[in-house]
Amino acid sequence: MSDDDTTVQVYRVYIKAPAHTIWDAITKPEWTARYGYGGLSEYDPRSGGGYVGRANAGMIAHGAPEVAADGEVIEFDPPRKLVQTFRLLMDPSLAAEGFTRLTYEITESPGGVCALTVVHDVTGAPGMAALMRGDFDATGAGGGWAWTLSGLKTLLETGKEMAS
Amino acid sequence: MADDDLVFKALADPTRRFLLDLLFARDGRTLTELESGLEMSRFGVMKHLRVLEEAGLVVTRRSGREKLHFLNPVPIRLIHDRWIGKYTERQASALADLKAELESTDE
Repeated sequence: MSDDDTTVQVYRVYIKAPAHTIWDAITKPEWTARYGYGGLSEYDPRSGGGYVGRANAGMIAHGAPEVAADGEVIEFDPPRKLVQTFRLLMDPSLAAEGFTRLTYEITESPGGVCALTVVHDVTGAPGMAALMRGDFDATGAGGGWAWTLSGLKTLLETGKEMAS
Repeated sequence: MADDDLVFKALADPTRRFLLDLLFARDGRTLTELESGLEMSRFGVMKHLRVLEEAGLVVTRRSGREKLHFLNPVPIRLIHDRWIGKYTERQASALADLKAELESTDE
């Protein structure tokens, strides 16, 4: 496990897909249901708009609240940059950590490949930091950002969901 | 060179693995900080960091006047999901079954 003074996590994945497709896969619930934790993301697409991550049926069956994550949109610039606050409500200790800051950046490169960079500032949120780093992967809680982005890449490049 | 080849090549060097370990212990470091953990010239460390960056294992971000290096575990995850998972799944599930069986006979 990393030191507690690490407060920013950076992840990058290269995906052979158009930028607007990757943008949709991040911002539309019919896509977000199909990779990573499989929650249903809904954005009010403007600065100051709301973000809600609704639990899917499986998460609710495991005792998750109907709204599993929430936040506020800071910058909504399709298909390049999304900045938002992000808080998990899956359990009281994560909810108590409050809002973190999450940035998605999509940059196109030649050959139809895009780089998707996720910068997650988890200052003051050690539980969120551990979860997103994948520390609880072995317990079945998902492998954090690396696992989520791997699933996103598989979905967009093959059209199929990554086997869990 | 294919993406996976770049990752394996980058990992096939003890200094580069050590640099990744340094970033795992504390992420977001400058070249000067990383250099202080190694008995190597600044130029040598820069060369290794470039190989790691080309493989996608290190991502750099500017913060004011500093260039910070971050460990990006996604390429290793992709290899895990593509290769390791495929070959360990059967063994792992057999071990899980064995564990469940041993634990149930304990009762």
